[in-house]
Amino acid sequence: MSDMHQHSIRFVRETMLPQAAPPVAERGIVKWMRENLFSNLANSILTLLALLAVYYLAVETLPWMLNGIWDAPSIRACREILDGNVGGCFAVLTDRWNQLLFGFKYPSEEYWRPSLAFLLLFAAAAPVMFFKYLPGKLLIFTAIYPFLAYWLIWGGPFLAPVVALLGFVAGYVVWNRFVTSSFAAGFFGAIAAAAVTWWLGGVIVDAVAPENSLLPSVPSRDMGGFMLNMILGVVCVSLSIPFGIALALGRQSSMPIIKWICVIFIEFVRGVPLITLLFVANVVLAYFLPPGATFDLIIRVIIMITAFASAYIAEVIRGGLAALPRGQYEAADSLGLDYPQAMRLIILPQALKISIPGIVNVAVGLFKDTTLVSVISMFDLVGMIRGPILASTDWNGVYWELFGFAALLFFVVCYGISQYSQWLERELTTDHR
Amino acid sequence: MTETAQMQISDEIAIQIENMNKWFGSFHVLRDIDLTVYKGERIVICGPSGSGKSTLIRCINALEEHQQGKIEVDGTLLSSDIKNIDTIRSEVGMVFQHFNLFPHLTILENCTLAPIWVRKTPKREAEETAMHFLEKVKIPEQADKYPGQLSGGQQQRVAIARSLCMRPRIMLFDEPTSALDPEMIKEVLDTMIELAEEGMTMLCVTHEMGFAQAVANRVIFMDQGQIVEQNEPKEFFNNPKSERTKLFLSQILGH
Ligand SMILES: Nc1ncnc2c1ncn2[C@@H]1O[C@H](COP(=O)(O)OP(=O)(O)OP(=O)(O)O)[C@@H](O)[C@H]1O
Ligand SMILES: [Mg+2]
Repeated sequence: MSDMHQHSIRFVRETMLPQAAPPVAERGIVKWMRENLFSNLANSILTLLALLAVYYLAVETLPWMLNGIWDAPSIRACREILDGNVGGCFAVLTDRWNQLLFGFKYPSEEYWRPSLAFLLLFAAAAPVMFFKYLPGKLLIFTAIYPFLAYWLIWGGPFLAPVVALLGFVAGYVVWNRFVTSSFAAGFFGAIAAAAVTWWLGGVIVDAVAPENSLLPSVPSRDMGGFMLNMILGVVCVSLSIPFGIALALGRQSSMPIIKWICVIFIEFVRGVPLITLLFVANVVLAYFLPPGATFDLIIRVIIMITAFASAYIAEVIRGGLAALPRGQYEAADSLGLDYPQAMRLIILPQALKISIPGIVNVAVGLFKDTTLVSVISMFDLVGMIRGPILASTDWNGVYWELFGFAALLFFVVCYGISQYSQWLERELTTDHR
Repeated sequence: MTETAQMQISDEIAIQIENMNKWFGSFHVLRDIDLTVYKGERIVICGPSGSGKSTLIRCINALEEHQQGKIEVDGTLLSSDIKNIDTIRSEVGMVFQHFNLFPHLTILENCTLAPIWVRKTPKREAEETAMHFLEKVKIPEQADKYPGQLSGGQQQRVAIARSLCMRPRIMLFDEPTSALDPEMIKEVLDTMIELAEEGMTMLCVTHEMGFAQAVANRVIFMDQGQIVEQNEPKEFFNNPKSERTKLFLSQILGH
């Protein structure tokens, strides 16, 4: 072995290298474009084609939007002003703004009520959506909000939503009191307590309600426009998540009866188009009710949409539950946590986090599906456009502007939901090093 | 060490298993297991893969259900009664091969969760206890990190601390070091040795024979769902009786 060779393999590091800063990445727009847009011939051609497409789209739509008429009483007036030029007739939106938002029967002097309810929705949703940053006490407002919103939108005696709230409170108190001794006692006790409160409250409200309540009552059939989509969307999404969780857990249950009820429900509801369920809500349910009994159409629709969405959410959550390693269940068990604790503290937080994209998918789909109620002659946003607005002689023929507006409204809400969910996913990530 | 170790073992019974049998479907995993563990004993269970070691210790805290025979833990009979099972589980700590920390909770929350919800300890007190045990396993500075940010050895020490926070009377270990790199095995074993020296009753499935020789007062060898041989570590390693044990020992000590 030569000296040379020995020298080359013998090595002891005497001084440790200090940490060096990473090399500064090359920057500049030209470099970026070369790497991302024109890296080879095929990519360059695709880039040019895409630019061309964007250009034509802009050329076609921009004049239409920029030339748009915002103030005119009818489509004929619009056309006169445009005088043969390209331009949208957005005047229909300003002219029928209130109808688009609130439907055509909601009393116009009460518009402030649903608007206020809409604003308060953000205050109520924030403590849930940003639970990490806002104090838990704010959840009290979230709990009160449904009753407040109901009272604002529907009006009527103030005591009615109060009694409804009291019923839940009574149920909760009884549940808390008895659940430690037995689950069944807590569960049925709570239901009984709530029912008694509601019954008693109903009697009292009927007896003491003044003739003219503070907020005049508005019947359900007068709800319409985008407000109806929002009501259905918000109520059904917030109900279908807990029901979906319950169904998913029920489907995993070791008790065969519960398991089979959940399986049959999920499989049945998933196998039926939503529109049939809505027709059932509209027509068929009435046959099952005792004659003379009225059962609010909106409630029937809410039940159907919620059932539909819960079945989908249940399956999404089941996927999340299945993705958790068995070790998580075992660790929770081995620490002595009981089933509800293990689910609430260990299993569901993780399973729900995995399921966020799927749940958002269902929620966004559900929100858009609320427009299906227009086929059972409810005047939601799409129902308003297809019915009263397009049928009127003033605005017959303004399709693009109206449906474009509807699309925009839905897009804004759905995009918001999607952005929030992505933020939430990042927020809940804990495994980065 | 062995002298003092012997002293700590009392005549009180911690775990009593009599004639226990278990099947997975038609597969007879555990056959006629008889085992009495006294308080303060440190038992190492070894044996070839698939011999039922994990299943045996998982039966002790009812992670697996046994079909025949009797298991009594700290005087409580293990039956299908949920209340009994929860009592036993809160008295028996378990450490898993793959740590099974809760990834969505911080280290501190991992340690305080069970004391707060099961033992109803006030949060402040639970946190103090947790910090005490995290110091004991020598990672108090990691308390606010998430499990995913820790090394394997650190995670396993957190898992041990998490169990200890419930102040268990018995600790079960299922191959606590076999998912770890050699460098990390030592830090976990050191923690376990320290625990043993404090007189904790321990049942430990492991192939770390050095650990067995250092702290165990009894080594149990299992094969095909049965206890084949048990003895003091010295005798067990130097003078195994059964052919099966000799073969096993030559395989794991041979190279
Ligand atoms: N849930 C189960 N269902 C069916 N068979 C199982 C189940 N769990 C374990 N077994 C089988 O039971 C036998 C004993 O398994 P166990 O995990 O107790 O072995 P072990 O001694 O711990 O092995 P290892 O050293 O590989 O961990 C194995 O043959 C295994 O295939
Ligand atoms: Mg094993």
